[in-house]
Amino acid sequence: MRNTRVTIVGLAAVAAMTLAACTSDAGTTPEETSAAGEATAVATDDASGDAAAADCSGGDGTLRIGIKFDQPGLGFQDGSTYTGFDVDVAKYVACQLGYAEDQIEFVSSPSAQRENLLQTGQVDMIFATYSITDARKEVVDFAGPYFVAGQDLLVRADDDSITGPEDLEGKNLCSVTGSTSAQKIKDNYATGVNLLEQPGYADCVTVLESGQVDAVTTDDIILAGLAATPANQGKFKVVGNPFSEENYGVGLPKGSTERCEEINAAITEMIDSGAWEEAVTANTEGTGYTPNADLNPPTPAACA
Amino acid sequence: MSGAVLFDTPGPRARRNTLVANAVGGVVLVGIVVLVLWKLGQEGQLEASRWTSLLTSAAWVNYFLPGLQNTVVAALYAVVLSMAFGLFFGLGRLAPYAWVRWVAGTVVEFFRAVPVLLMMIALWLGLGFAKVVPAPQIPLVAVVVALTLYNGSVIAELVRSGVHGLPKGQREAAAAIGMTHTQSLRLVELPQALIAMLPSLVSQFVIILKDSALGYIVTFNELLQLSRQFGAANGNMLQSLALCAAIFITINWLLTRFADWVATRLSHRTSGRTTPHVAPPPGAEREEQVAA
Amino acid sequence: MSLFEQIGFLFTSYDIPAAFWVNIQLSFWAAIGALVIGTVLGLMRVSPVPSLRWLGTSYVTLLRNTPLTVIMLFLVLGVWGQLKIELAPDFNTNFFLFAIVGLAIYHAAFVCEAVRSGINTVPLGQAEAARAIGLSFLPAARLVLLPQAVRGAVAPLGNVLIALIKNSTVAAAASVATETSSVMKTMIEFNGNMTVLIFMIFALGYVILVVPIGLLTTWGSRRLAVSR
Repeated sequence: MRNTRVTIVGLAAVAAMTLAACTSDAGTTPEETSAAGEATAVATDDASGDAAAADCSGGDGTLRIGIKFDQPGLGFQDGSTYTGFDVDVAKYVACQLGYAEDQIEFVSSPSAQRENLLQTGQVDMIFATYSITDARKEVVDFAGPYFVAGQDLLVRADDDSITGPEDLEGKNLCSVTGSTSAQKIKDNYATGVNLLEQPGYADCVTVLESGQVDAVTTDDIILAGLAATPANQGKFKVVGNPFSEENYGVGLPKGSTERCEEINAAITEMIDSGAWEEAVTANTEGTGYTPNADLNPPTPAACA
Repeated sequence: MSGAVLFDTPGPRARRNTLVANAVGGVVLVGIVVLVLWKLGQEGQLEASRWTSLLTSAAWVNYFLPGLQNTVVAALYAVVLSMAFGLFFGLGRLAPYAWVRWVAGTVVEFFRAVPVLLMMIALWLGLGFAKVVPAPQIPLVAVVVALTLYNGSVIAELVRSGVHGLPKGQREAAAAIGMTHTQSLRLVELPQALIAMLPSLVSQFVIILKDSALGYIVTFNELLQLSRQFGAANGNMLQSLALCAAIFITINWLLTRFADWVATRLSHRTSGRTTPHVAPPPGAEREEQVAA
Repeated sequence: MSLFEQIGFLFTSYDIPAAFWVNIQLSFWAAIGALVIGTVLGLMRVSPVPSLRWLGTSYVTLLRNTPLTVIMLFLVLGVWGQLKIELAPDFNTNFFLFAIVGLAIYHAAFVCEAVRSGINTVPLGQAEAARAIGLSFLPAARLVLLPQAVRGAVAPLGNVLIALIKNSTVAAAASVATETSSVMKTMIEFNGNMTVLIFMIFALGYVILVVPIGLLTTWGSRRLAVSR
């Protein structure tokens, strides 16, 4: 088991070199992997920017990618297909690493189990609204960030009384069990807010719709994804006043510096080619949501 | 009729009074139903679309059937393991050595007094930290082990009280033909006690099925979890949970009927009593009880 | 940290007795509710009026076969979330009350069975003897039948109470975040290295709550037993 994993990592490194070669077929000489991002940026101006159109070959075996299965707009399992922004980024990055779509095995990665899945080698990487924090860096490596989200509020479309966390005084707010986002609002912005904890955001949305709570809080892109589902279309809006900064990174097992650099190159490539923008728009359509432009698109940080 | 002890055979006046009370009771019942329907209608919960989406094949293929499957699988694992656990510790409580009885007794009493949910949560998080079980299997393992520890302990009590509940003559007869304590237990008492226990085991299965719904709290994808997800995704939470409850009620009701049937069928195969009975409360010595 | 230091740390960092107090309060009010509803249902089930008997039987069949977790979620997500029925304006009180209602209506089905089985322990001859000496319905019930029925119901009622105390942890499903199972979960999440110790503290808490009740009901039902 351990041996095959080493092989996979090794092969991936080779694949990354091949990828640098294949994506820069406009004539640019392949450079060091760390510089591949810049090199390919020029090259893909005439490419379609669509990951599927690129030649995703060279990867051996399967790539196990951890995503959320229950977060519409980010990572969502719909029968046997997977949709969402995290999934789109994951597919793009996988392709750049040399893995075609049929070589990807998506694994459900609930928030509480992400570190465990990486540490025990059950997934190769995780794209699951995974915020880069110092505490997590102690146990896992991060590539990216590939998106900067911020805590925000989701309210009913016809509710104009809430424009920020301060307006929640005396109102009812829903968040998911184990998340600290609601407590942050109670501590920092509105001490008189009523908190309801539910196991999933979808549950929060049902009580938001019926009027029993006035707002749902978590990262803005998650809220936008919820509001963009067909069942919720037109019923809710994201307030658009983010009050925190969450850097979504790609979770990797500790000690994957090389893999991290390859992924960063792929992310830069995705942003420069316009595929990133496309993925954001496609997954938040109809909610009036735009990511915080001051921070997005982000520049991946250097790998440890 | 169950109330025969309180009431004499009714005369003409009592019969008339009963008829009036029956009519009043019926009216009250209809009134409650109408009130509930009115409230449901007012909140738009009676809209056909909220109910018909429960009948689509996608609802069953993607949600209710996988959920039911997980519930039943967890319950079956738990039943089999509980029986092994129960037999082992039940015999431990009947052992000829005092220290074995004491150890078995402590284990059984402990796990019967601790809420299943506490065990489930501790196992769920503990297994996550211990990294001995693959992460995706953790919820299932936590549910099965917690249910086994509790229900196994209850079954251990059933084994013990089943053996103790046999007529004294059985043991005496075994001793009279020269059997040792172990032989008597193995060849005479235990087989009868186990047959007498079968209906109770079936009722214990009902309890396991119901408690498996606690798995929802530890993210196990059982019936309740998936019903909730379906309700959240389709905006019909009330209807979806009602269907979930209906499925549980139907299965448990059928199992209870089955337990009664087994009890009547088996009553001549043993000198123990076959009516479903449950182990005494934690800390108690020996007493029949009704369980929750 | 030594074991004692760990215990000291846990007890000073978290208010464990307060968590148990929430469960005790839940159990207390739910027990009263369940006793009232269950007794009424039990009497309905033994009454000679068919519609009431039918109502009592249906209630027991439905509630006893539904998982308590489903009842709790149904109350919070269905009755509160969709039907918008509120029991108190304040969130915490509201869910606390919903948890009590859920526990009470669920365990009422078992109280009903306990009451019925208590009444069924009274031999028919007792009623016949009471009537033979000229007692009419109410005096017969009050002086002869119910005193014996209550004694017969002590042991099963004690078991229902024990189950109720343990089941009060399911209030977590009704968004009551201050009760023991939720507090234990938080404690383990933040102190993963002390999982076993934290579990043992809460487990022993329940052993201390539950075992004496078991002993007491056994002792009580023996003492009160009608020798026949």
